[in-house]
Amino acid sequence: MGRTLAEKVWQAHTVRTGENGEPDLLYIDLHLLHEVTSPQAFDGLRMAGRQVRRTDLTIATEDHNTPTLNIDQPIADPVSRTQIETLRKNCAEFGVRLHPLGDLDQGIVHVVGPQLGLTQPGMTVVCGDSHTSTHGAFGALAFGIGTSEVEHVLATQTLPLKPFRTMAINVDGDLPAGTSAKDIILAVIAKIGTGGGQGYVLEYRGSAIRALSMEARMTICNMSIEAGARAGMIAPDETTFEYVKGRRHAPEGEQWDAAVQYWSTLRTDEDATFDTEVYLSAPDLEPFVTWGTNPGQGAPLSAAVPDPASIADPDERSAAERALTYMDLTAGTPLRQIAVDTVFIGSCTNGRIEDLRTAAAVFEGRKKADSVRVLVVPGSARVRIQAESEGLDKVFTEFGAEWRQAGCSMCLGMNPDQLAPGERSASTSNRNFEGRQGKGGRTHLVSPAVAAATAVRGTLSSPADLASPGLEVASQQGASTAK
Amino acid sequence: MEKFSTHTGIGVPLRRSNVDTDQIIPAVYLKRVTRTGFEDGLFSAWRQDPEFVLNQEAYKAGSVLVAGPDFGTGSSREHAVWALNDYGFRVVLSSRFADIFRGNSGKAGLLTGIVEQADVEKLWTALESRPGTEVTVDLTARRAVCGDLTVPFDVDDYTRWRLLEGLDDIGLTLRHVEDVTAFESNRPHFLPTTLPAR
Repeated sequence: MGRTLAEKVWQAHTVRTGENGEPDLLYIDLHLLHEVTSPQAFDGLRMAGRQVRRTDLTIATEDHNTPTLNIDQPIADPVSRTQIETLRKNCAEFGVRLHPLGDLDQGIVHVVGPQLGLTQPGMTVVCGDSHTSTHGAFGALAFGIGTSEVEHVLATQTLPLKPFRTMAINVDGDLPAGTSAKDIILAVIAKIGTGGGQGYVLEYRGSAIRALSMEARMTICNMSIEAGARAGMIAPDETTFEYVKGRRHAPEGEQWDAAVQYWSTLRTDEDATFDTEVYLSAPDLEPFVTWGTNPGQGAPLSAAVPDPASIADPDERSAAERALTYMDLTAGTPLRQIAVDTVFIGSCTNGRIEDLRTAAAVFEGRKKADSVRVLVVPGSARVRIQAESEGLDKVFTEFGAEWRQAGCSMCLGMNPDQLAPGERSASTSNRNFEGRQGKGGRTHLVSPAVAAATAVRGTLSSPADLASPGLEVASQQGASTAK
Repeated sequence: MEKFSTHTGIGVPLRRSNVDTDQIIPAVYLKRVTRTGFEDGLFSAWRQDPEFVLNQEAYKAGSVLVAGPDFGTGSSREHAVWALNDYGFRVVLSSRFADIFRGNSGKAGLLTGIVEQADVEKLWTALESRPGTEVTVDLTARRAVCGDLTVPFDVDDYTRWRLLEGLDDIGLTLRHVEDVTAFESNRPHFLPTTLPAR
């Protein structure tokens, strides 16, 4: 019988098949580290007198805590500073490559891996961060792990795991103008729910997925965890190979040919079966936004805040009631009338160059709404450099936005970039949980195009709502990125 | 890891679904580099509400949390498990857990038992009608007993065995280190390495 993409990658990494209910032992090709989930793992190694088994398959960067202003100054928050200094000390002691704040290759760990060419098709990639699913865009099996597992991978370069189930997410047809990968994934999560993917690896398939650029594919796979899935994958194709080719850690010469030959086998066989299949029609999609406090509580921008009384499931109904109270929203209010205080463009979901180009195309020749603070935070130092080489920074600052240094920033507010209590944001990030972007903050998840249009009008908007017609949103299809 | 066979403690009804790990412990508490001392971060936003269940005297010393579906969604932060452990919880019962949270719990000695939602409702009713009631959680028999009420729970065989024996995963894997070395010698040469840096 045929095998799915996920099963092929799993089997190619099985060191040992579990017997009598034991998990399989899976080899890990790439282990990404950052400052937040690694200190206790290194402590564990030290206490047990263990080494890092494969420093040459391990790489670290600083992203969650790092400030996006005055990065040449010592970090003001002493607790953040200690955590970052701890990572530096641990990397030096154990011989792990680190790209610290200020380094050209620093940035959000999930932006840095692909950018360096370290993320390649068919690999297993882990990190102590749930958005590791991002790397699945290359046809890698990539998933987030906890700190105990970080220690386990450091010590053994393997993980004991039970096989995941497989779910196909079929998205066919052409995306309408003004919609993007973010709208696809928000619609998928609203459809299957935040628990719908539990225990599954999602494979995104269909013509709408194949038409996406690598960066757009990363946006989709990134939010697989928001549907509860362990990982999301997309079969590698010419778009993938073209993206990887020439990057610093990409194979070269004969190795490249051997790699492409193998990568070309990484697709779900015609006669393979998925445990579950879901279908979505791309032409029916609209810009999608969230109204609640989990990423499944979303709706098309043209809709209104839903009435919890209309929700049949009692748990979902009470969750919706709680969400509307927290979000200070009234059922029936058109989503387009919701005014925001802050627009955040960035994160491992939407902090890459194409996302910044999309925002800049909307900003060009316009000014932000007076009432709105706009933060544009590149996903990595190299994305920042690329944006500046294209003059995007000038578009941002002339629009009235703040152009910041790279990092996770307001996605989770571990650094000073936070919402104040009661403040409301339109955010290109991945989670609208209570207090996620700052205690008491209220988050609406949106695409970069919607974030940008919202910054112009001050209320949730799409570029189509803007006054001067004819402005096209930069397409996410086929745009090239610097290597 | 400490062995776990049976635990008896006060049951805490948490009538909420989709309790994400940002609610269990917000990101600001994750800046610490220690593995203990996270109890102050547990449900920190909710604990500011005097009505919140853990602020009620009868439940304060709770150690068995009974929660709504999709407990532990979101971030992979193991700090969520540590915060529950540090507060004094030994068991969480729910009808559905997020995968990463569940995995982390098993590694850190917190038992996550899957209970039918109908049984969760019964436990909630029992715990709310007599606040401070104890629940006995028997991992060997895979059942939780609360007064007259006995509910079965599910936990996979491997996690159960590891918890019963108090086994450390790394130690178990290192028994197979020769298999790992053999696997490494056959990895394709085109795979990337992080060192030397390019």
